[in-house]
Amino acid sequence: MIKLNNIHKYYQTGEQSIHVLKGIDLHIKEGELVSIMGSSGSGKSTLLNILGVLDSHDAGHYHLAGQEIKHLKERHAAHLRNALIGFVFQSFNLLPFKNALENVALPLYYQKMGRKERNRRAAQYLEMVGLSDRAGHMPNQLSGGQKQRVAIARALVTQPKVILADEPTGALDSQTTAEVMEVLKHFHGLGNTIVIVTHEQDIANQTQRQIHLRDGLIDTADAAMTPEVVV
Amino acid sequence: MIDGLQEILYTLKQNKLRTALTAFGVFWGIFMLIFLLGAGRGMQNGVIDSFADNALDTIIIWSGTTSVAHNGQGLGRRVSYTDDDIEAIRHHIDGVRFVTGANSMGQGTVVYGSKTGFFDVYGIDDTYFKIRDQVPIRAGRTIQILDQEQTRKVAVIGSAVRDRLFGHDGNPIGAMIRVNNINLTVVGVFHDRNNNGRDSERLFVPYSTFTKTFGRGNQVHVIWARPDANVDGKVLEENIIELLKKRHNVSPDDRRAIQSFNFAEPAKMVKGMFVAINALIWFVGLGTLTAGIVGISNIMIITVKERTREIGIRKALGATPFSIVSTLLMESILVTGFAGYMGLVVGVGIVELMAYGLEVSGAKMDFFQRPEVDFQVAVTALVLLVVVGTLAGLIPAIRAAKIAPVEAMRSDG
Ligand SMILES: Nc1ncnc2c1ncn2[C@@H]1O[C@H](COP(=O)(O)OP(=O)(O)OP(=O)(O)O)[C@@H](O)[C@H]1O
Ligand SMILES: [Mg+2]
Repeated sequence: MIKLNNIHKYYQTGEQSIHVLKGIDLHIKEGELVSIMGSSGSGKSTLLNILGVLDSHDAGHYHLAGQEIKHLKERHAAHLRNALIGFVFQSFNLLPFKNALENVALPLYYQKMGRKERNRRAAQYLEMVGLSDRAGHMPNQLSGGQKQRVAIARALVTQPKVILADEPTGALDSQTTAEVMEVLKHFHGLGNTIVIVTHEQDIANQTQRQIHLRDGLIDTADAAMTPEVVV
Repeated sequence: MIDGLQEILYTLKQNKLRTALTAFGVFWGIFMLIFLLGAGRGMQNGVIDSFADNALDTIIIWSGTTSVAHNGQGLGRRVSYTDDDIEAIRHHIDGVRFVTGANSMGQGTVVYGSKTGFFDVYGIDDTYFKIRDQVPIRAGRTIQILDQEQTRKVAVIGSAVRDRLFGHDGNPIGAMIRVNNINLTVVGVFHDRNNNGRDSERLFVPYSTFTKTFGRGNQVHVIWARPDANVDGKVLEENIIELLKKRHNVSPDDRRAIQSFNFAEPAKMVKGMFVAINALIWFVGLGTLTAGIVGISNIMIITVKERTREIGIRKALGATPFSIVSTLLMESILVTGFAGYMGLVVGVGIVELMAYGLEVSGAKMDFFQRPEVDFQVAVTALVLLVVVGTLAGLIPAIRAAKIAPVEAMRSDG
């Protein structure tokens, strides 16, 4: 499903450029539940953004669902994001002026789905994350855990092949963290490919494979620690 | 489409203040332009009204007494024209479109049935009303060439004459009136606003009838003329006067014997004034409009900046650049279009109200009459504003749609 070959990423800040990803090789199969760990600044978010076609890499090859991601037209990239990928952000990124249901329905709007069908589906996914009774609430009327569950419902509503979550529980307490993880695992059970960036070993332990980033590279020593998933 | 519209209306509602400010800028620009245009037109109409019903190239020549001795003739001699002078002008002077003489006998006794009035009686030929082609004919016709050739006993009467003899709503056409004991058939009614309408207290008969039937000879009291198109009315006036002076033995330096008035001069001045008024209106109006456009552009830039994060999120969820740009533009078009339209409606409404108020109150201001809106100009301004506003929004919108989603989402907003 996801294939990375020698991916490099630089950030330009003023005069100097930072080499953030220094040659990532990674293969994630369809239906896998993978976590990415690593210290702050190691490039986890950068990597996930590249996976989600939200950012571009500077060198190397990225294949998503058999398609090389390179120099995409923005329009094409938008279609890929919409059809293939569900992204869950650490900071939720809900639109503040739309209620929970409308936020969940938004990706379907960009699929040009009719309003009725959109709302029906959104309601269905809100129910899956246990928030049917909060459909009409605005984001600022929701708790952090509820917001993140809305965001997850929004990521899932288009039934994407790949779900990418950047520290989905980073802003949550242990109780809501457990709730969010339940939801994610539930969707994994339905056959989705899921990649979770996290700082918490607890969460990483709930995934099938842990990938450790160190200094822009995948730490192969750590990868060996989870041999059962490397097939 | 409907869906997209709902999406747009929704975001507009969420940003009431911004929407209101943009809308007001546009509204005010259009409103001011229309108001100014309407007021300017009112001024023009007022000035034009002061010319009453005279074509703006009319030349009028009448006579006085000599004030300079010439060729052995003394002072104080009265100059009087005849229809030979008219013929001479017609034959010897180039650039004359129309020329005619009006003969007058002062007041005559006009009788219809049991009613009697005293009105000025004039003899004219068919050219007279061609020169005074702005004078409205209220009923019937004017003096025509056959009236002149066949010495018909007909009369064209002023509206004041009709009011007096037939009543305001009476129909005098075909009626027989008696003027100094001569029976005439009324064939037309005119209304002349000159002299505050007192020039309507007149009646005209064919020049030949006037000469023969009334026994008034072939005198001409006033010469009326109009130049050909492209002919300088001032030059024509001078040429005619020069000819008349020669024919009547008047010194070239005599200013009193032959007098004239040429509408071309005040008309030229007034035209210059109109140009100035219009220039001012357009200057102020376009200034306001430009301010409106700059306002829209600014607000579009701010809008896009404020919403960079939202745009990033939308893109991450699969919004195409096209949908981002078109949504932003539709917003701008909707707001400017609606506000501009309101400005148009209110502007036109107020100008019309002004016109109505002037008419109902009967207020007679010398330099302000019948304000009105040139609708084409108004609509052009509106379209211009919307188009430019849209173009102004296009640049920041396209830029915003190009930012990578991650970058856009990093912005605070
Ligand atoms: N837009 C940017 N411009 C410049 N440098 C950037 C930019 N984004 C990230 N970086 C740098 O790239 C490196 C990796 O950032 P990244 O956000 O991927 O780290 P991370 O592993 O997600 O860290 P954290 O766990 O704190 O979220 C950091 O050193 C960061 O400073
Ligand atoms: Mg991060």
